[in-house]
Amino acid sequence: MERPAWAPRNIDISVPSVSRIYDYYLGGSHNFEVDRAAARRAMGFMPGLPKIMQANRAFLRRAVRYAVGEGITQFLDIGSGIPTHGNVHEVAQEAHPGARVVYVDHDPVAVAHSQAVLGRNPDADVVAADLLKPREILASPEVERLIDLNRPVALLLVAILHFVEEANDPYRAVAELRDAVAPGSLLVLTHASYEGIPLPLERAEGAVDVYKDIRNPLIMRPREAIARFFEGYDMVEPGLVPMADWRPDTAREDEDPYAFAGFAGVGRTA
Amino acid sequence: MSAEPDGPEAGASEMDGPEVDGPEDRLRRFATIWSRAVFPVTTTPLTRPEFEVLLLPLARRLSEALRARAFDAAEARAVGAALIDTHCTDPEALCATLDCVDAYLVLYCGDAEAGPGRQEALRTRSARLQHAMAAGFAQALRERTLAEQEAISAAALKAQGVVAQAHASEARFRAVFEGAAIGISIADLDGNVLEVNGALLRMFGGSEGLLRDRNVAEWSHPEDAPQVWRLYQELVRGEREHYHVEKPFYRPDGTVLWTNLTVSLLRDADGVPQYQLALMEDTTERRLLNLRLRYEATHDALTGLPNRTLFFERLEKALSAGEGQRFGLCYLDLDGFKTINDSLGHAAGDRLLVEVADRLQGCATAPGEMVARLGGDEFVALTTGPDTQRGVDDLADRIMNALSGPVRIDGRELLVRGSIGVVEGPAGERGPAEVLRSADITMYRAKSAGGNRYELADPEADARAITRHGLTTALPAALDRGEFFIEYQPLVRLDDGRVHGAEALVRWLHPQHGVLGPDHFIPLAEHTGLIVPLGRWVLEESVRQARDWQRQHGEDAPLRVNVNLSPCQLTHPGLVSDTVDVLERTGVQPEALCLEVTESALIGADDDLLKPLRRLAEMGVDIALDDFGTGYSNLANLRRLPVSILKLDRSFTQGMQQYPADPVDLKIVEGIVTLAHSLDLTVTVEGVETGAQAEQLRVLGCDTAQGWYYARPGPPERLHELALVDATG
Repeated sequence: MERPAWAPRNIDISVPSVSRIYDYYLGGSHNFEVDRAAARRAMGFMPGLPKIMQANRAFLRRAVRYAVGEGITQFLDIGSGIPTHGNVHEVAQEAHPGARVVYVDHDPVAVAHSQAVLGRNPDADVVAADLLKPREILASPEVERLIDLNRPVALLLVAILHFVEEANDPYRAVAELRDAVAPGSLLVLTHASYEGIPLPLERAEGAVDVYKDIRNPLIMRPREAIARFFEGYDMVEPGLVPMADWRPDTAREDEDPYAFAGFAGVGRTA
Repeated sequence: MSAEPDGPEAGASEMDGPEVDGPEDRLRRFATIWSRAVFPVTTTPLTRPEFEVLLLPLARRLSEALRARAFDAAEARAVGAALIDTHCTDPEALCATLDCVDAYLVLYCGDAEAGPGRQEALRTRSARLQHAMAAGFAQALRERTLAEQEAISAAALKAQGVVAQAHASEARFRAVFEGAAIGISIADLDGNVLEVNGALLRMFGGSEGLLRDRNVAEWSHPEDAPQVWRLYQELVRGEREHYHVEKPFYRPDGTVLWTNLTVSLLRDADGVPQYQLALMEDTTERRLLNLRLRYEATHDALTGLPNRTLFFERLEKALSAGEGQRFGLCYLDLDGFKTINDSLGHAAGDRLLVEVADRLQGCATAPGEMVARLGGDEFVALTTGPDTQRGVDDLADRIMNALSGPVRIDGRELLVRGSIGVVEGPAGERGPAEVLRSADITMYRAKSAGGNRYELADPEADARAITRHGLTTALPAALDRGEFFIEYQPLVRLDDGRVHGAEALVRWLHPQHGVLGPDHFIPLAEHTGLIVPLGRWVLEESVRQARDWQRQHGEDAPLRVNVNLSPCQLTHPGLVSDTVDVLERTGVQPEALCLEVTESALIGADDDLLKPLRRLAEMGVDIALDDFGTGYSNLANLRRLPVSILKLDRSFTQGMQQYPADPVDLKIVEGIVTLAHSLDLTVTVEGVETGAQAEQLRVLGCDTAQGWYYARPGPPERLHELALVDATG
């Protein structure tokens, strides 16, 4: 059962947080020793994890630019985590000044930090909410203020769905979001997978186990399962592909092998 | 993690060799090599060419610093720090950078034409630049790390503060939630139950699993008030802040839980509807008690039938029903129930009532029909609907039929009979009290017509009976309250025209109806037996009045008083003794009293009936035969009656009012007078209204007259005055 809003998630910074671990992978210092220790353990199994994150960020950047190129100027980034370089609002507002971005995260530390980073940016804001409660997100004053749901929006679910277990029915949440956005909206999604990891399976499993240990299990889904998130969307070329293969602007041979782990894709609502 | 930068050969081969290019090309070549060396150890989202664009100005600054006349450590530090700004925070990036600068800065940005001394100086300058870059990088990384640590700690603190606050308030809320005696549940706006407290679980008698994750919509119940779910929808749509209803729920075990339910809409800080909060109070017990109290208050304890209260509620409802609706009412009173009660005892009477109640209940089973016990042996059956005109007759028939079979009590077979008053009519015209009174009157009509039947209400009969009914019930109190009084009509001797006495005529000064004559209430008083005390009072009052007249008027010409005796009084055993008593107490001579008895009361009278009269006559009391000529008088019988006066009915004198008088009437009166005188009876005529009449009657030989010609009945003083006038005149 989901707790109501008056019962917030507990904050214990002695427990690693996936968004701070992610920040560490990306060379940031928005993290604590527990986060770094967990990250170092995972990297012990998969030294290329930072490269995967980098590829993820690079895809996000390309996808946001693609969206702006398609005329979309409003972004809903759910699971935004700790702001780091190449944030969606930076990329989007660079490509289209005045582009509007609402970040959503359920980690109160990430939200508090986002608030500090965003300062008085009039076109970007952050909501403390859960992906699994799309209505709370959509009904939030921030979304109401910045996003016009009658116009196409880019819905970013980047590196978040692999943290939602089947029991919590991530497909329902994704479908609810899809039903709430205007036709022509884009779903921008990346998801971890065992497919494409340039390592023996047991090494990858070792890294996955680290996430299990910190009570934030990483759900490695096969491609078909990830493709199901795009139900109701028409896939934008080249479809659901390894991250580095999505509309790349770098030669394949120049990419790090880890950049082909996991999947990325963009879909458009009819 | 670290990767070797691309070798200089690779770069050189690509760019066709440094020798052939100009300085700008060589600078770009250096930046390319640098970006290739560092890019793999960065986590920038930029592509490598984009990243190279960031490095190019740094390369230019390095190039210039290399060739500047004086060594500028600050510029090199700044370049090192700038690497951090491009998000190259990994120490490997510094390592790769320094490797690259060491190997290629002098080669691509130095002076190819310079001699060995100059080359050596450039290499030394490059080494010093690298030292300063490293220091600048380290300094910037340290500052950035500290800043980010500070930022994340601040964010954690802030978040924790928010959470701590929320937790403190949640702890308080939890305490209230769990400790509350009323049931509390929280659901989202889709109706999914999120939280229930212990009190609510206890009310439902179920485990948490049975309630949580259920949907509020599953909590419907057939007895839900019609508006409950409309209110609910309004609330979840945010159109209503709260509602309060009495609502039943099914418990998991199938029993029903009744609650006082208050549902409120919870909004967030910005006013957006978030949750619904239900507070419920278990009213099951209270409701049962209320239902029982209500049942007891509206049902008859003996028979279990609805009582007067409930019946009136239903009747009122039926009478205020809409257009086209009618009602039919059967008012039943058992015939002779008192006799059964008196002879067989109350227990038997009660059992009879229970049996009758059961039978009646079987008569009114259709929707809109009801049977109630009003009290005693009075029952009512009500039918409602558009077609009660026929329905009520059927109902009355069924009741009569149901009563026809004997009732077995204590081994006896009792025959039950009842009288029913039936009222039927359209709704919206009469009130319940009026309808019930009409039914009651009609029932009495059925009873006085012999009982064991039903009668239909009739407005005229009602009106008559209403007065009769009202007067009958008011009579006893009227005597106690002194509402009766007596008027006196003079009796005049025809030979000399003198007043020699008066007839006492009782009147009732009714509080509502005003003065009523004896015709209105004497029959009622006879019917109820009140005539005996009333008659005694009239006698006493009249005799006392006669004594007063005697005292005022003188013993020589005593005024007599005529007092009427009703048939009932004639048979009363106390008649003689009461009369003697009155005369003795007042000291009035028996000769001053005349008792008037109607002719009809004496028709066929036997000696037993005549004995008291005879005794009174022997004492000296005159007995007058009143209304003579209205019955089929056996003239021969007059001889054996103890009467001394004949009072001719006014019908004989009416023919004499005109002139000339009706000759037949004259003959008859003359004959009667002759007969009377031959029997030693005096003759008094009533209804004398004109002088001609009076003269005529005198000529015919009548002895005494009374009528308006002389005086209307009036207060005793007037008689005294009349007598005085006679005496002086």
